[in-house]
Amino acid sequence: MSAFRSFVVKETRHILRDRQTLAVLLLMPVAMVLLFGYAIRTDVEDVRVLVVDAARDARSTDLTRALASTHALRLVGVVGGVPQVEPALRAGEADVALLLPSDFARRFARGTAEVLIVSDGANANYAATAESYVRTVVQQWAAQNGGGAPVVRTATRMRFNPTLASQNLFVPGLLAFVLTLVSALMTAISIAKEKETGTMEVLLVSPLRPLQIVVGKVAPYLGLAFVNALTALGVAFVVFGVPVRGSLTLLLVASLVYVLVSLALGVLISSRAPDQRTAMMAALLGLLLPTLALSGFIFPIASMPGWLQPVPNVVPATWYILVVRGIMLKGVGLAVLWKEIAVLCAMAVVLLAAGARSFNDRIE
Amino acid sequence: MTDAPASVQVNGLVKRYDEAVALDGVSLAVEPGELFGVIGPDGAGKSTLFRILVTVILPDAGAASVDGLDVVDDYLEIRRRVGYMPGRFSLYPDLTVRENLEFFASVFGTSVEAEYDVIAPIYSQIEPFDDRRAGALSGGMKQKLALSCALVHRPRVLILDEPTTGVDAVSRAEFWDMLGELKRGGLTTLVSTPYMDEAARCDRIALLQTGRLLRAPDTPEAVARSFRAPLVRVRATGERAALLGTLRALDGVARAEVFGEWVHVTGAGEDAGALALRMQRALEGQGWSEVVAEPVAPSVEDVFMALMSDPDPTAEVNHG
Repeated sequence: MSAFRSFVVKETRHILRDRQTLAVLLLMPVAMVLLFGYAIRTDVEDVRVLVVDAARDARSTDLTRALASTHALRLVGVVGGVPQVEPALRAGEADVALLLPSDFARRFARGTAEVLIVSDGANANYAATAESYVRTVVQQWAAQNGGGAPVVRTATRMRFNPTLASQNLFVPGLLAFVLTLVSALMTAISIAKEKETGTMEVLLVSPLRPLQIVVGKVAPYLGLAFVNALTALGVAFVVFGVPVRGSLTLLLVASLVYVLVSLALGVLISSRAPDQRTAMMAALLGLLLPTLALSGFIFPIASMPGWLQPVPNVVPATWYILVVRGIMLKGVGLAVLWKEIAVLCAMAVVLLAAGARSFNDRIE
Repeated sequence: MTDAPASVQVNGLVKRYDEAVALDGVSLAVEPGELFGVIGPDGAGKSTLFRILVTVILPDAGAASVDGLDVVDDYLEIRRRVGYMPGRFSLYPDLTVRENLEFFASVFGTSVEAEYDVIAPIYSQIEPFDDRRAGALSGGMKQKLALSCALVHRPRVLILDEPTTGVDAVSRAEFWDMLGELKRGGLTTLVSTPYMDEAARCDRIALLQTGRLLRAPDTPEAVARSFRAPLVRVRATGERAALLGTLRALDGVARAEVFGEWVHVTGAGEDAGALALRMQRALEGQGWSEVVAEPVAPSVEDVFMALMSDPDPTAEVNHG
């Protein structure tokens, strides 16, 4: 067996024999997709609506019926007076209240009807979504009954697209997170482990060159990352019906480039870190945190303060997430995503070169 | 020795870490086929010296060669030719005995089968445990595995950094037997140890302390013989520290050191018999019971202690 091949075999054995870590690595994509899919969804179901109907006419009754028949909404009551709104929201009996004025039918006929939506701001995200649900129903009802003209005016314009479920949005970010974890963190720890236990010293005093050691180290993790990516996509598709609208091949190629970037970062970290603990902390703070917080995965880049907004440009996950969103959700290909993919490729080349150079031929 | 070039040649090696000087101008030569010991306590600079020789660290000054190759210029070739055991257990605990051995064989482009005759004397002892994970081996067996792994590519020079540290006494003795066997096969071995009693198993020894050789390398017998002062060992019932203090306060006592259950007392200007008698009487005069004081042959450790504690040692330093 060649020196390099036996090195890869040895690395694979390390991975396969550390059962606990392997189990975590294999099950994590499944667990995270399920967790994000079920628990951290921003979709809102079963919104409890209180209608304050001061008009009590045919129009307002019809609108109330439309609300009650909407899947995501549940009518908890129809009352006549405004003073009942606040106690209901405070007691948590209703999430949102729709107020219809006494002259609703008359103004609706003239096209100047106004309604007020009051929501429970204690849970801001939930409130915003609940409010947008109610508004959508009101607008749809108005459109159906007023010949399509937008007769109900609302203060804010928030587009609601009932088909864009939130699980579609988290899968790209999750993919970036899982690949970063396996590629960068695990590689960094694995190389730092050889340093910490002294086996690196023995490896150096052999015909193996540092580049062979590095490539032999990362190769098995490349395979593991590939398995993880497919697992995450598979679970997302089977459990949540998240589609890959564009080319799966392009998605996997882009993922491969991203994995190479992460592996190179892992090697760079391990070349500086003397032990596993340091390598782990550096990878967690230096790579995983930016992947979560600075890539547009969890916090939209547009809502970051101005001085922070350039930072996501140097976070590889930012570009990868753009590519994955484009392919999975929009179904676009290279023609649209060439710039983002080119940035990832450039990062891969630069970081791989730096990673290979950083790996010392000696132990100091 | 033949006039073949030295297997290991070290000339004025210096290595500093920030302020600390790890090696302060060390020179020595190991002849082909020799079992050469570097003896010294922790922090003496043994590991630094060996790491320079196996080319994983660079010296700040001086030169060294292994098997005729320069440790700086020809480092890649040296790495193919030496067998190296670092100071700590450096195998993969999650791989089995056989897997460790096969891995190191293949790294050097060979196989366990092809090199079986080289490793057989040592490997055969652990072969029954082929399928056991290296991490589950006893200290002595780990050592045998590590030595097998270091030998599996037929190295020209074997460099072993404290191979017997942290191993039980029986395994230590066995390990030295194995080194003796390898020496009979003609292998050049450079080995370090903090255990003075292991010096006798070497052909020649160098005494290393705080980065310097305490004396020129020589056979353990010659080193021990270089101790010329009268030496007596003393034992008595009672507090060891108090005994030591009492002895050090006596006239004509140059040095008193604890050696196992004895205290070795170095005198000056009288023969060992007279010194022993004087110690016996003095201690009994001060009320110590069961006093034994008798002349003893100096060991390498006596020389080491003498050279270490006394910059102008009573022991004569042979240069040769």
